[in-house]
Amino acid sequence: MFRVLRTTRGGGMETDFERLHPRDSAEEDDDDEMVDIAGATLDFSSTDDVPPLGAGGLDDYFGSSSSSRAGVTGVTGMNGSAPKLVDPLDDPLPGVGTYEDFNTIDWVREKSRDRDRHREITKKSRQSTLALLRSVSDAFSGWLLMLLVGLMAGALAGGIDIAAHWLTDLKEGVCLVGFWFNHEHCCWTSNETTFQERDRCPQWQTWAQLISGQSQGAFAYIINYLMYLFWALIFSLLAVTLVRAFAPYACGSGIPEIKTILSGFIIRGYLGKWTLITKTITLVLAVSSGLSLGKEGPLVHVACCCANILCHLFTKYRKNEAKRREVLSAAAAVGVSVAFGAPIGGVLFSLEEVSYYFPLKTLWRSFFAALVAAFTLRSINPFGNSRLVLFYVEFHAPWHLVELAPFILLGIFGGLWGALFIRANIAWCRRRKTTRLGHYPVLEVLVVTAVTALIAFPNSYTRMSGAELISELFNDCSLLDSSQLCGYKQPSMNISDTGAGNSLADRPAGAGLYTALWQLALALIFKMSITVITFGMKVPSGLFIPSMAVGPSRAGCWVGWCSPGADCITPGLYAMVGAAACLGGVTRMTVSLVVIMFELTGGLEYIVPLMAATMTSKWVADAFGREGIYEAHIRLNGYPFLEAKEEFEHSSLAVDVMRPRRSDPPLAVLTQDSMTLGEVEALVESTHYSGFPVVVSQESQRLVGFVFRRDLLISIDNARKRQEGVVSASLVVFTEHAPAQAPEAPPFTVTDHTAMDITVDIFRKLGLRQCLVTHNGRLLGIITKKDILKHMAQIANRDPDSILFN
Amino acid sequence: MKFLILPVASFLVCFGLLAPVTAKNSEDIRCKCICPPYRDIEGQIYKQNVSLKDCNCLHVVEPMPVDGKDVEAYCLRCECKYEERSSGTIKFTIIMYLSILGLLLLYMVYLTLLEPMLKRRLFGHSQLIQSEDDVGDQQPFANAHNVLSRSHSRPNMLNKVEHAQQRWRRQVQEQRKSVFDRHVVLS
Repeated sequence: MFRVLRTTRGGGMETDFERLHPRDSAEEDDDDEMVDIAGATLDFSSTDDVPPLGAGGLDDYFGSSSSSRAGVTGVTGMNGSAPKLVDPLDDPLPGVGTYEDFNTIDWVREKSRDRDRHREITKKSRQSTLALLRSVSDAFSGWLLMLLVGLMAGALAGGIDIAAHWLTDLKEGVCLVGFWFNHEHCCWTSNETTFQERDRCPQWQTWAQLISGQSQGAFAYIINYLMYLFWALIFSLLAVTLVRAFAPYACGSGIPEIKTILSGFIIRGYLGKWTLITKTITLVLAVSSGLSLGKEGPLVHVACCCANILCHLFTKYRKNEAKRREVLSAAAAVGVSVAFGAPIGGVLFSLEEVSYYFPLKTLWRSFFAALVAAFTLRSINPFGNSRLVLFYVEFHAPWHLVELAPFILLGIFGGLWGALFIRANIAWCRRRKTTRLGHYPVLEVLVVTAVTALIAFPNSYTRMSGAELISELFNDCSLLDSSQLCGYKQPSMNISDTGAGNSLADRPAGAGLYTALWQLALALIFKMSITVITFGMKVPSGLFIPSMAVGPSRAGCWVGWCSPGADCITPGLYAMVGAAACLGGVTRMTVSLVVIMFELTGGLEYIVPLMAATMTSKWVADAFGREGIYEAHIRLNGYPFLEAKEEFEHSSLAVDVMRPRRSDPPLAVLTQDSMTLGEVEALVESTHYSGFPVVVSQESQRLVGFVFRRDLLISIDNARKRQEGVVSASLVVFTEHAPAQAPEAPPFTVTDHTAMDITVDIFRKLGLRQCLVTHNGRLLGIITKKDILKHMAQIANRDPDSILFN
Repeated sequence: MKFLILPVASFLVCFGLLAPVTAKNSEDIRCKCICPPYRDIEGQIYKQNVSLKDCNCLHVVEPMPVDGKDVEAYCLRCECKYEERSSGTIKFTIIMYLSILGLLLLYMVYLTLLEPMLKRRLFGHSQLIQSEDDVGDQQPFANAHNVLSRSHSRPNMLNKVEHAQQRWRRQVQEQRKSVFDRHVVLS
């Protein structure tokens, strides 16, 4: 901790702090904070994290130590009176220990703070029953929070599903019995449905019927076409204008940013309430407009927003960024769980794809939250048959060992497509970022919607939504199905009933099946190309469903190649394996994908084909590029994400990466007791560094500690305001705590000849933000996370200036 | 106190969605039997609002298209499924969604069109231009509010709301700049 000594001279003057940091002193009660990204100006409007300066009483949380802190004391020197020490530990400074926007948190500090808090509560709990109750409720609060997160996310997901279904069907027609029913529910009780036309009923009127009174013929077709186009354009226009007007952070998938946030980055407002509202509303609009996107990624974002908002109810999570990220990991599991109806798959997805640190405690809590969410969704029952997902299939036909060859072939194709998709999408997004294409987001969305609607309407496989297409392709044809894909020639009526069981697999293809197949092939080509352009637009967009839709389309095409009479295959199984292969190629998920697929379909017998296809797909795709789509987007945006899965293989040393390099100005350090307030302020003002090492003296350069810029500024400001006699010539002394307090987290040091792979490992495993480099005990330089990322970029022959944030 | 609003609201939402589920309409349950073509009889679908225990071919398929001894064979090919839904939940969700969407649209229209017009009418055109901080900002929600807040002294509550709204607008503007203009985040 640090103290600013004051001399007995002087009165007040305009504090340099105000000059450095113009402040808006309004009180706020959400944690959205305004910062200019490019510059170093801070807006110190108080938030929930930061009680207003001068508030005095704070939680016991700030009572325990462990962060470097500044305070003000008085000292004599002039006239011999005893120094009046103001011990800041009695009145700890608010604002110390919080972070600026677009910065990385200090995991070590947050974790040790939480440990101190916990120790404090346990120690006090022995003193009185009230304190004991408090400690019990503190332990219980995590579970209560998980319960609330599951309930809220499940309720929202149910609402989103129902609304999306209704809006999608609104493009085709309207229900006369109650306008809130979609097509399937409108015809639910009707007795007019026939075997061939399962969806026809008089209560549901298409737009052509309403407008012109006819339901067949060219005129009706044109009217339907135009209305479809009209509704699609309206929905996407609404979506993009709402995003632009209320929450620009609501666009895109959200998973790359959540990955970065979970690794320690701060993006204020990304998980706020306006983002939540906007994302929920515009997700439904974007999905219903017929664009080739899914809602799984945005549902993860929605669930994380819910978790972040609910964290504000509990002090333990509100004030500690590391604990909050535990809750966010669980929320990511909840998001996937409600999207697919796969709680276990959701937990594994959070573990594999999204989270950075995943202790066992988080595993158990994520599972609990995912189950609660799945249960909530089931009781809302959005699909009318107690199923959680639209494409829940139940076939149990066995597969033969020989079929592993086509499964592996499907995996290879999935991997190839994944690699191709990632390259194409990143190229398109880069073009959007750098050229004039990015200046017209609203126009871009409208044009893409128009193109999608124009091409999608004629083909019945593209006209239906992605989830319906997958559901249709997953379904194994039985005698009861009437879809065109099941247009096999029926066996002749003379065959006795005992033959009916075997004949399913032997039916030759009818004429209807061939038309279905070439329509499906066209749908495949269209979907492949349009998804490249659609993912990354300024509306909420996910890519699980479109990727999965490409797979079964391809597999479905193969089915038609079955020669008549041969013992043929179950097309639904191939569709499923194809979907898994394509999704695995794009996202590079392994275990979580297999678990999601078999939770989706209920087919435990198919684990081996799924695993074979997924592994092959991942290997083939990795041969072309190591990154999945989310890591590629992280790199495109320049987020400071240190990839936890990769090995650092170069043989550089710490001294090669550290700053200052040879040509740089010397390291900006603070000395322990020989700098005045004016000098400190001048140093802080003239540089943009987020922290300064403290040394014993300029000559010895022996390391004492490390102080963060923000803490320093807050303490200086507090000193200038609260205490008299603090002027620019006052001495600033950095001292240790009194021994009774808990020790603070030390700055980490490595020697200059430490190999870089160990250093990178230290950064990853401990979540460091900076690390000091010493040589024979003397301070030599500093390595920050950004330096490491730039170094890694340089080694991989990428542009090191693409790392934008610290 | 403010933090109590949120859990109360979320519980209301949750229970509002769950409660209609428990009130079962007789129209909300059905048994659906799909019978494929049999001999010279076409495929048919039969639906009836019966409960789970009556959901089988004999109760639902009426009138039975085949005679006595063929009934068993016909019924063996049919597949009957019991389904439930909650029309109350659907109605509630859609109406809630449409009202929130409507409110957001109205608010957007108000912020973009009506408010600058009102300010201009109240304070005159010149004052508005003077108060522009960033000159080139043609985005919606430009800082027309600064004029209002500086020139009036209002009771505390309204001031707070004004302040909060102003701050929120600035945040949205910042977000918009970084996402749409500079393409720094979420490109």
